Amino acid sequence: MALQILTANRLIDGDVVYWHAGAWVEALGEADVLAHEAEAAAALDAANASVAGNLVVKPYLFDVRKENDAIIPVKEREIIRAMGPSVHADLGKRAEGSTPASILKAAAARDQPGASPCPKERDNEVSI
Amino acid sequence: MYRYDEFDAAFVAERVEQFRFQVERRLKGELTEDQFKPLRLMNGLYLQLHAYMLRIAVPYGTLSAPQLRMLGRIARKYDKGYGHFTTRQNIQFNWIKLKDVPDALADLASVEMHAIQTSGNCIRNVTADHFAGAAADEVEDPRPTAELIRQWSSLHPEFVFLPRKFKIAVIASPHDRAALRFHDAAVEIVRNEAGETGYRIHVGGGMGRTPYLSYVVGDFVARPDLLAFLEAVMRVYNENGRRDNLFKARIKILAHALGQDEMRERTLREFKEIKAQGFLEVPEAERKRIEAYFAPPKFEDLPDDEPQSPDPDFAAWAGTNTHRHRAAGHAIATISLKPIGGVPGDIGAEQLDALADLLDRFGMDEIRVSHEQNLILPHVKKKDLPAIHARLKELKLATPNAGLITDIIACPGLDYCDLANARSIPVAQDIARRFADLGRQHDIGELKIKISGCINACGHHHAGHIGILGVDKKGVEYYQLLLGGSGAEDAAIATIMGPGFGAHEIADAVERVVAAYLKLRNDGERFLDTYRRVGMEPFKNVAYGEQLHAAH
Repeated sequence: MALQILTANRLIDGDVVYWHAGAWVEALGEADVLAHEAEAAAALDAANASVAGNLVVKPYLFDVRKENDAIIPVKEREIIRAMGPSVHADLGKRAEGSTPASILKAAAARDQPGASPCPKERDNEVSI
Repeated sequence: MYRYDEFDAAFVAERVEQFRFQVERRLKGELTEDQFKPLRLMNGLYLQLHAYMLRIAVPYGTLSAPQLRMLGRIARKYDKGYGHFTTRQNIQFNWIKLKDVPDALADLASVEMHAIQTSGNCIRNVTADHFAGAAADEVEDPRPTAELIRQWSSLHPEFVFLPRKFKIAVIASPHDRAALRFHDAAVEIVRNEAGETGYRIHVGGGMGRTPYLSYVVGDFVARPDLLAFLEAVMRVYNENGRRDNLFKARIKILAHALGQDEMRERTLREFKEIKAQGFLEVPEAERKRIEAYFAPPKFEDLPDDEPQSPDPDFAAWAGTNTHRHRAAGHAIATISLKPIGGVPGDIGAEQLDALADLLDRFGMDEIRVSHEQNLILPHVKKKDLPAIHARLKELKLATPNAGLITDIIACPGLDYCDLANARSIPVAQDIARRFADLGRQHDIGELKIKISGCINACGHHHAGHIGILGVDKKGVEYYQLLLGGSGAEDAAIATIMGPGFGAHEIADAVERVVAAYLKLRNDGERFLDTYRRVGMEPFKNVAYGEQLHAAH
């Protein structure tokens, strides 16, 4: 399976949290990277218990990839959750210093002109 | 402005305390998230990407100075110092903590504000023309009608569990500044040949996954029958709207499945039944009572001279950001919330405070929120314009771009929103920076760019002269370009050009499309006029640039 990280939002303030060693942490860099289905399923079960315990809401797993030993979320959405709004460098996790350097680097590369060029084969499959 | 009566005030205060108790029970674990979620949504509280978001209703977009100050206080005390005006004339705060929401709502209640019916499958906050009461071209102020609808629709027991949300707009002018025909239902106040005012009722418009323009179901509804007729529309929808499929549940799907004739007939049948019962008539005395709250200020008899200012920036601002007022010597002024490179619709706490002071200083009672995410000063004395402009400049609120290409509507997109597929704001910022030169903006003229980060279309991309829709392809942001939409009286649904663009290509594509327009246009043609004359092809031929050849 793809590498995964378990995330949720904290009930009391909505802050983004990640699963680490049976508890929730605020920095993606500290999150457990789950490599096996059984491991991911067990973590999700435990997370559901912490939903019942009123600590977090909406737990789910998301895919990450390994790039030179650094962990980068596959989806843009999770990069933004790990950083805060891209249009406010002064707010959110990046401003609080809890975004891993590897993600900051990936986001900076993404925002360079010329990044994410159009795929060779364009398609209209995206349903709107 | 409308003021709460004792019933309104008691009800809103009671609602705050109910929600306070519900939050306490949630935090203690006495309510599960599944039980609590509908309760928080009924109070405008969403959970977004980074935090909770509180959406506060601004009925028909009208705010007083004390309300502006309170919004500033909420921004400072419970948020991170700023708020965001939306395309439904509401304001959202992005960083609210669940534990603080009851206190924030209590603060809001103290200035007659709340977050009720800003979410959920109910009749949402009623919007109106932001030039209401000031426009030179209106039949009457549409807001008393909007207020009547607000009172009727607030907690209407029959309509708290509709198939889907329901949005109503009210205008009273031949110039549509409220995107009337994209609403579930809309009320257009019109005058007939006999000089009487009545209501033209539109039904079945919408954006989102399946955009439709509304059609007329009531040609001239008499004044006492307004609520009975709207109730008939709601009954047809409530009974026949699809509850089996979330994507087909809006009234637009029902209205266009039934067709105009059948929809009119069913509505009329319900209307006759309601009317036969006879109790849903708007009493003239009540209408007058409400109207009195919206009475315009006494306009002084002033010369209609154009104001002069030593500031060379003033003329440009006055040229784009002021509009003709019904009273001589007065003007309507748009405060742009679209600084070049800024976040469309965002406003800081100190700006909110300062605008409240500005209202006081110049004897103005109210300010308006436009669906284009700007603020409007509806009744300004022309002679005060230079001083107002000077103050707005100090507040960084004097961008002279109302209606121009950098006056872009953008939803919060993937920077904040849980539903978004792609970011909207950075695209808006990129485009605004490219067209920052004011001479270039004026040369291009009226050109409305509207950007949404997902198909739900909060950024009104279907109604953009140029629309941009963000999509997600395997976790990467792509953007569809649409041309030819309009949310004005010449309403039209924009057409998708073709394959999407990468995040770094979309602004280039917009530049190429605009360059093509400048070459193709005839004298006096806006972008939209040229598009309508020449069609998509000439724009499509240039938009993809070199990439088109690489791709095909």
